Amino acid sequence: MDLFFSLTVNGLATGMLIFLLAAGLTLIFGLMDVLNFAHGGLFVWGAFSGVWVYDLTGSFWLGIVGAIITGLILGAIIEYLIIRPVYGNHVQQILITLGLMLVLSELIKVVFGPDQKAATAPEYLQGSFMVGDVILIKYRLFIILVGFIVFGVTSLILKRTRIGLIVRAGVMNKEMVQTLGVNIRLVFMLVFMVGAAMAALGGMLMAPYSGVIYAEMGLEFGILAFIVVVIGGMGSFSGSLLAAILVGLAQAYMAYYVPALSLAVNMLLMTVVLIFRPQGLFRVGVK
Amino acid sequence: MMSTLLELNNVQTHINQFHILHDISFEVPKGEVTVLLGRNGAGKTTTLRSIMGLNPPTEGTVSYKGQVINKWKPHMIARNGIGYVPEDQGIFGDLTVGENIRVAMQKEDETTTEHLEWVLELFPDLKKFWKKPGGQLSGGQKQMLAIARAYVNDNELLLIDEPSKGLAPIIVEKVMESILYMKEKTTIVLVEQNFMMASKIGDSFHIIDDGKTVHNGMMSDLKQDKNLMKKYLGIA
Ligand SMILES: Nc1ncnc2c1ncn2[C@@H]1O[C@H](COP(=O)(O)OP(=O)(O)O)[C@@H](O)[C@H]1O
Ligand SMILES: [Mg+2]
Repeated sequence: MDLFFSLTVNGLATGMLIFLLAAGLTLIFGLMDVLNFAHGGLFVWGAFSGVWVYDLTGSFWLGIVGAIITGLILGAIIEYLIIRPVYGNHVQQILITLGLMLVLSELIKVVFGPDQKAATAPEYLQGSFMVGDVILIKYRLFIILVGFIVFGVTSLILKRTRIGLIVRAGVMNKEMVQTLGVNIRLVFMLVFMVGAAMAALGGMLMAPYSGVIYAEMGLEFGILAFIVVVIGGMGSFSGSLLAAILVGLAQAYMAYYVPALSLAVNMLLMTVVLIFRPQGLFRVGVK
Repeated sequence: MMSTLLELNNVQTHINQFHILHDISFEVPKGEVTVLLGRNGAGKTTTLRSIMGLNPPTEGTVSYKGQVINKWKPHMIARNGIGYVPEDQGIFGDLTVGENIRVAMQKEDETTTEHLEWVLELFPDLKKFWKKPGGQLSGGQKQMLAIARAYVNDNELLLIDEPSKGLAPIIVEKVMESILYMKEKTTIVLVEQNFMMASKIGDSFHIIDDGKTVHNGMMSDLKQDKNLMKKYLGIA
């Protein structure tokens, strides 16, 4: 029982990291109709820049702030220079963002050196609690908590604010939003920046979780995030949380109980969902 | 003397490589309902989309209140006082009726509030279903929501694309009646295939055929001109 419990906590923590990546991806796809294969690159940049600030200042929190700022800045630059010219053209988007993904990964090595970097959680987030005979690792709980906070705050913004209303409307019908007087380009940039910042935050949180960070980890997580976006329903924010948790849990259980399947499990999950609910678990309604 | 609110001059529009509009020219007098007629595929919807900047003209000019607007982005055109009710109504299905309207409310000033109160009086259903998702409304209610949404801003011109499409005759009557009320408040460009409706609401008409404006006149004269109706509209 305690093993199952600890696998569950692991799965939830991994799920939350994937969620941070998938949330931006699904909003960017839903609103802007952009397939961003470079999203994983923002995850790595968040990890490396955040850890760099963390090492420099000794403050984990400043590291998180650094990662978020890196995400916002990179997001703005990428949207303006790379994405803007290819709106409406999926083939070009795939090619240019795949290229960008490689460039972002290679640039990591140029800027931070070719080796992988170690990272540990700050002291107050190390260690574990004992609840009965179950061991709860603090840092994993911390990741889960941050994931829920990001989900909660973003949901509130989407539900309660004017900009959130515009984003939700834009996901359903971009043209209509513009003909009601909204400058959609500004909204696009904002959403891209926020999506990038969430990915960067995910990368930074990932660092002490796995202990090491390396330039290629963006690709691995990027693929997981895409699977999550498809399972959750392209454009659905709540769907991305649910699907990310599902994928995180499936991976954690399978790795232990059926290790042979652990790599294939996410693909299997996606296939099953696509067969029975091709629109994903959550559908975003148009009319 | 009536002043001209909107003027299209030799508007030509390409969508991708297709040359859709070849020469659209007409004027919209302030305070009137100008009807665009023509067969399916003639270019009526594209004309409205060109005015809105959704399919910007590749040649020619669109002037609104004396300003040339055909290079403007759709949101700027909208902010300058043109409201658009698309053929498919463009309702945000997951948003409530209230939210659908709030997306359109650029300001929350006195005019907007006045407009809102006025349309809610005109369409009491919208008030009744304020918290219902737009996707769950009936066809007629969706049309009313789309019209209301286009009007809440300080708009002086409404472009309405085939509001009777797909509605039961009794609902068409209601929609028509409400457009007659709107007519008191704003100028309207109406695309309408339902001839009964067009002739009851419209002041003047322009016939579009194969991407060109080929004929115009007063709506009251068109009813007499059986030849014209047959040639361009397929109505005997
Ligand atoms: N996106 C598009 N791509 C190619 N052709 C289009 C597109 N939109 C409209 N058309 C063509 O332009 C012509 C005019 O269409 P439209 O303006 O919708 O006509 P109407 O509203 O008068 O029925 C039609 O022949 C239609 O097939
Ligand atoms: Mg049409």
